[in-house]
Amino acid sequence: MLLLTCPYCGVEAEETEFAPGGQAHTRRESAGADDADFAAYLFERKNPRGVHFERWRHAYGCGKWFHVARDTATLEIFGAYSAQTAAPPEALIAKIRRRRPGWEGWS
Amino acid sequence: MSDLTVSRVAPRGMVTIRADLGGPGAQAALLAATGCVMPGQRRIALQGRRALAWMAPDEAMLFLPPEEVAEVPGRIAAALGAAPHLAVDVSDARVIFRIAGPGARMVLAKGAPVDLAPQAFRPGDFRRTRLGQVAVAFWMTGDGAFELMCFRSVAGFVEDWLLNAARSVDPGLFAEG
Repeated sequence: MLLLTCPYCGVEAEETEFAPGGQAHTRRESAGADDADFAAYLFERKNPRGVHFERWRHAYGCGKWFHVARDTATLEIFGAYSAQTAAPPEALIAKIRRRRPGWEGWS
Repeated sequence: MSDLTVSRVAPRGMVTIRADLGGPGAQAALLAATGCVMPGQRRIALQGRRALAWMAPDEAMLFLPPEEVAEVPGRIAAALGAAPHLAVDVSDARVIFRIAGPGARMVLAKGAPVDLAPQAFRPGDFRRTRLGQVAVAFWMTGDGAFELMCFRSVAGFVEDWLLNAARSVDPGLFAEG
């Protein structure tokens, strides 16, 4: 069971109050992209054992989407942040690097 | 000590308000139009027969007597002026229940993943969450009872759920003090 903190409600709530939205920071291939790139955008997802960035929605609460960084192996939550961004906040990346010195980075 | 009761409250006017509620202009406009101070995060401002609840950073719900609901959306729209907003009478969309008496916290704690300990959930606190498998919001009134609202389409289920949960509770688990 994950305990996620909604950055809009400021409340720590259990996983069942949220809806998962899959990998965060995917970049949509727009018009003119070749088929292979678009297929990769549609179907290819990371499945890391370790640090992962995901989209979540506070479905039973405020209804807002946000991003969460967590460890898929230990269920440790590193932090949550606004979905209106193309990259995780620097402070969060620094925190993950302190907790996981060998981490290869988010992109 | 009175008994634990679960009851459907008389119909209440409800107006949903969507706007950039964080700005000082919006808060002053809402105060002028509704007479209620915009509450803080996850709080409800209870003022006599009216109440204003924090639903999300850009969403609030105004409760008021049904006979007053007709004129309020227009007044809110006028007060917010050119700022993007929405104020709509949604009185028929939801049903409100009242859970009062010893063990009221326990009834909700059976179905909602919320810390309902007396020091964690106090009068004026407001929480949108789930009860069983349906979305609800509940808050604590000044007299220590709970009011819970859900969509009308699931009101029958929620009523049965609450009555069943209230059949057997141990109020000692959340004893005050």
